[in-house]
Amino acid sequence: MSTKIRLDNLNIHFGANHAVKDVSMEVAENSVTAIIGPSGCGKSTVLRSINRMHDMTPSARVTGCIMLDDTDIYSRSVDPVAIRRRVGMVFQKPNPFPAMSIHDNVIAGYKLNGVLKKGDADEIVESSLKRVALWDEVKDRLKRSAMELSGGQQQRLCIARTIAVKPEVILMDEPASALDPISTLKIEELIEELKERYTIIIVTHNMQQAARVSDVTAFFYLGEMIEMGETRKIFTNPEKKQTEDYITGRFG
Amino acid sequence: MTLRSLVMRRATNLSATLLMGLATLMVLLPLGIIFYHIIKMGFSSINPGFFTSIPKPPGEAGGGMANGMAGSAVMIGMASLVGVPVGIFGAIYLTEYGGGRLATAIRFSADVLSGIPSIITGMVAYTLLVVPMKGFSALAGSFALALIMIPIVLRTTEEQLKMVPVSLREASLALGVPLWRTSLKVTLRSALTGVITGILLAVARVAGETAPLLFTALGNQFWSNKLTEPMAALPLQIFNFAIAPYEDWHRLAWGGALVLVVLMFTLSLAARWLGRSKH
Repeated sequence: MSTKIRLDNLNIHFGANHAVKDVSMEVAENSVTAIIGPSGCGKSTVLRSINRMHDMTPSARVTGCIMLDDTDIYSRSVDPVAIRRRVGMVFQKPNPFPAMSIHDNVIAGYKLNGVLKKGDADEIVESSLKRVALWDEVKDRLKRSAMELSGGQQQRLCIARTIAVKPEVILMDEPASALDPISTLKIEELIEELKERYTIIIVTHNMQQAARVSDVTAFFYLGEMIEMGETRKIFTNPEKKQTEDYITGRFG
Repeated sequence: MTLRSLVMRRATNLSATLLMGLATLMVLLPLGIIFYHIIKMGFSSINPGFFTSIPKPPGEAGGGMANGMAGSAVMIGMASLVGVPVGIFGAIYLTEYGGGRLATAIRFSADVLSGIPSIITGMVAYTLLVVPMKGFSALAGSFALALIMIPIVLRTTEEQLKMVPVSLREASLALGVPLWRTSLKVTLRSALTGVITGILLAVARVAGETAPLLFTALGNQFWSNKLTEPMAALPLQIFNFAIAPYEDWHRLAWGGALVLVVLMFTLSLAARWLGRSKH
């Protein structure tokens, strides 16, 4: 498998706060990489740097290098909007657009950009919803508000919305932490299927979840990446003592 | 002791309730008096002719304020054409793009601008437009009203935009939608009812403004369809007729006052209704 994303000496500051320190890692194409670590360890901050979401925060400063295939995404000549079209994101709290129907939420990426071709919409909606296993649950009420759905359904709708614009990478920021166990299970099954087409990086608080869904796990602590390796190895035989302490529940 | 403290507590409670009731009454009473008086004095002047004809010369009964209402509508409309977009885009700049010193300066200017007495706004419009154009005009009146609208629309829109959750903006940005499209189609769209409420309140505010029109639009006894000439406005007509020594004109002024108050009442109600239906 080839490398899809490479982080090289990534440092992220918020004002005087040095949130992410010298992180270097490689993410293989069509794999699931889990980032685990206690709260405030910088895992979400790293994730959000991969599609330049920090651009919106004036105090944020990102140094180092993030390569997406052969593109240095923080290069001056690169348009962040183009990066975000290749790198989609699913957030912690489901955030469908409240003023839009279920149908329109799926194609929101096209509609908001004003690039929807007539006649394409229904097909995109159906195939995207089928891929997140939501089609059967909502096919009779596509015109209803997305806010009528349960939290788990909303989150799958948000994933459908993300894959509808055909990204290459999907970033997931604790996508199941606000959901009940059954919805969580569905999201996890979905991740397993999605990795055939997409490269996925998932931040999670839930170590069992990381163990279940990921191929590779990275452990972060206090803004540094302590250890990264094959998930099975990280959870059975970690090299660093901090990693072992964390996964055995001694802190965090 | 317990009985005594119970009595004391009840007495305190009663007096506090009475005081608050009195305060409430004192808030409501002036509004009631104004409404009662205006309806009593103005209602008899309201007839179809009031809305279709222009004022008659003193001594002749009848006549209306149609030209004043039309003039107000024209000038408020033109002021909105400038004030609403400038206010909305200014607010989008402040909440979605700003954050630096410039944003602070704009916010401060808007606050100062909204605190400037409207007669001074009128004087500025006089100096900037009436003097160089060598004449009073509807254009100058609209300009003065727009200056009053901008800070109101700007600050209310800004408040509404700030209430839109960051998660919605992020959802849109993460789909590869540029910030400007996100600002218009997601953020502004989500805040739309609140923004419209703010616009209605701004319209209600300028609809009753008299001072900024005194030496800009000047007023007109007749129909006028040129923006470069003096134009009648409802509050101006009320002012001019109320200070005139003719009984017929006084009656017209009361009628105009009633129309103005009903208009503002309707706008405020519409604004409230819009603001509430969101929740």
